[in-house]
Formats: sequence, C-alpha cells, structure tokens
Amino acid sequence: MMETGTAPTPHDGMPGQKEHDLRIHKFELLISNLLRTGVCASLFIVLLGTLLSFARQPGYANSPGNLKHLTAPGAKFPVTLPEVASGVRDLRGQSVVMAGVLLLIATPVMRVAVSILAFAYQRDKTFVLITSIVLALLLISFMLGKAGG
Amino acid sequence: MQLHYNGSMTPLLFTLILFAISLGAGALGALLGLGGGIIIIPALTLLFNINIRYAIGASIVSVIATSSGAAAAYVRERMTNMRVAMFLEMATSAGALCGAYLSGIVAGRWLFIVFGVVLGYSALMMFHKRHAMPSEGAPKDALADRLQLHGAYFDEALGHEVAYRVSGTHLGFVLMYIAGVVSGLLGIGSGALKVPALDLAMRLPIKVSTATSNFMIGVTAAASAGMYFARGDIDPFITAPVVAGVLIGSTGGSLLLGRLNSSVIRIVFVVVLLWISAQMLFKGLWI
Repeated sequence: MMETGTAPTPHDGMPGQKEHDLRIHKFELLISNLLRTGVCASLFIVLLGTLLSFARQPGYANSPGNLKHLTAPGAKFPVTLPEVASGVRDLRGQSVVMAGVLLLIATPVMRVAVSILAFAYQRDKTFVLITSIVLALLLISFMLGKAGG
Repeated sequence: MQLHYNGSMTPLLFTLILFAISLGAGALGALLGLGGGIIIIPALTLLFNINIRYAIGASIVSVIATSSGAAAAYVRERMTNMRVAMFLEMATSAGALCGAYLSGIVAGRWLFIVFGVVLGYSALMMFHKRHAMPSEGAPKDALADRLQLHGAYFDEALGHEVAYRVSGTHLGFVLMYIAGVVSGLLGIGSGALKVPALDLAMRLPIKVSTATSNFMIGVTAAASAGMYFARGDIDPFITAPVVAGVLIGSTGGSLLLGRLNSSVIRIVFVVVLLWISAQMLFKGLWI
C-alpha cells in the first residue's frame, strides 16, 4: 500500500546522495510515527474518558435534561492543568477527555521540537534555525495565551 | 444568543450524532487541507444551538485532529513537502501572534467582507487553472533552490512519480503571514487561504498543496488552542465526539487522496472555497 522508499530520486548516482536520502527517509518515518503515536494515544484517552462519563452517569443515556448543563455556558469542566490532573486521579470522565485533548494539542508542538533535532542530525543549519524560530513563536503564543486568559 | 434545546435529545444521542458529523468533517478536511471548522461550527451552532464560544473551542481542536490524523499518512507517503511547510510556518506563526494581538482593535466585519472577496477570487482562479500542469513555466526561484524546497511525490491515480519545482517563495511567505494574521483574528480561514497560496503563488501540485496545508494548520491551531483552553472555551463533553470522529475520519480520508484524480480534488476544493467565501460575506454584510 505505501510507496515509501521505492520512488527513484532525481539525483541518483551522486556520491553521498544515497546516504542523504536514507537520512531524509528516516526523518519522515520519525515524524510520521510521532504524529501517529500522538493521534492514537489521544484517541484512546478521549474514548476512555467518554466511556467513563457515560458509565458513571447512567442518566446520560436516557434522560434529556442532562444535555443542557453539559453543553450550555456555565457548564462545569476543568480549565487548568491542576484541575485536569486531580480529575484524572479520581477517574472523572470529563478530566480524562481533557487530558486526551491536551495531548492532541501538544502533538504538533512536539513535532516541531523533534524536527529541530532531526535537522541537526542532518547537519542542516538553515532548517535548524527555521524550525527553532517556529518553536519559539509557538512557545511565545502559549505564554501570551496564559497571560491573556 | 438564546439557547433552546430540543427537549428530547439525550447526551448519548448528542454524542453519537456529533461523532457521525465529525467523521465526515475529518475526511473532507484531510482531502482538502482545511480544518473541520467549516462543518463543525455550523453543525454545533445551527443544529445543536451550542454557544459560539464552545463551538470555536471544539473547532480549533478539530483542526489539530484533522492535521495530525492526516499528516501521519501524508508525510510517510511523501505527499507533504515538509521543508516548504516548515519554512512557511515561520510566517503563519508570526502572523497568528500578530492577529491575536490585533483582535479587538480591528473590526471583524470588514475583514469578513475583504476575505470573503479574496477567497471567492481565489476559487475562481483555481478553477480557471484546472487544466494547467503544476510548475509548468514556473520561473526560477533562487530562495527555493537554496533551501532545497523542490520535491516529488508518487501519484497513485496517475501511477507514476510527479516531480515539481517550487517558485514564488517570497510572495508565498507574505501570503502565509497574512493567512496567519487572519486565522489569529477570525479563528477561521487558515487552510482556505493556505491552499490557494501554495497552489497559485508557489505552484505546488494540488495534492501536495492540500497535504502541506494540512501539515501546517495543526501548528497554527495549536498556537491558539492553549489560549482557548485557559479561557474555558473547550468543553470536553462537546469536544470528545468531535475529536474521536475527526481523528478517525481524517485517517480514512488520507487513504483516499492518493487515489483520487487531481482535478476532482481541485473542483471539490473550489466548491468548498466558494461556500466559505459566501459564509464570510454573509457574516460581514448581514450579522
């Protein structure tokens, strides 16, 4: 199904090119696996949290009145990291879901961070710089977001 | 906004319907390089009467879900041009920061009108270009050469590898900065502006454009998602079925991109772009 590795490169035959292509291919697999792991783990945690919510509140399956206090403004759910952490310890469904969502949000950030290391391994100074700038901008916006919130 | 719930809906039914809608949103987003926002926000606000704050919070998370779910496959298949993506992410992240800072100063109404027109125009240009070969007659671009941005991907529908050259890096960079500002300001339009910029200005093949846009929108959305979480806009009960549906849907959609004909992707994209353009114009002119 996957065509990886079989595609001929336009630079075949240049010395060192093969090794270079192999490194790039390893890099692609690393990024792909990182994203896949993040996606699978957060999907699993979110599904687990949803099951916990429904298991602990049997009324969710048959009484319509509950929907409003779950989805209308003022609904109670964790909004800080310590609240999420303590909710997860108590196996509260909403907190477990939130932990999965936070892992999903962290996945692209981790992807950028890992790319810096991978470009350093490829000795690609320009892209180490480019990716570091992206990570710095991301971290600044996280900090500003916290201050603004 | 007055909330009125259909009295007969249980939380379980809500979760199941939202999950099914999100499956479709994820698949479409993966194919077109857009976040699920164009489907998730109207579905939540119009169908379920969910408050717009929670709808946007769920939509931001759905963009990250679409991006990561699809990119896992596209990077492996070499559909994504990661070097182009990372180069342009400097522009989008800086733009998003600037946009978040400007929100509150600039009136959203005019922005909706301006970008409704811009997206409509992009849609027409992309439709007009439907028979042109990618990178045909593309001018030489020194920066693209220096950063080694050119690439190749295997097109399953054509059955052979397609090599392409990247051009217009300066214009593309500026357009991506603007796309970042707009997504920071309006919370939408991120992928809808990125794909035309990659396609029209930088001359990437349409499949590479949607896959590369997909790769990038996750980072743009992650930058603002932290803020939405801290503000309490991400309601886990609403977000859970959206995340689960979009992750599964985008993984499924990513299996399709290689096999579909490029002109099909382009036409579907143009139709969706016209739809987004109409939505923006409607918001700017009537609401």
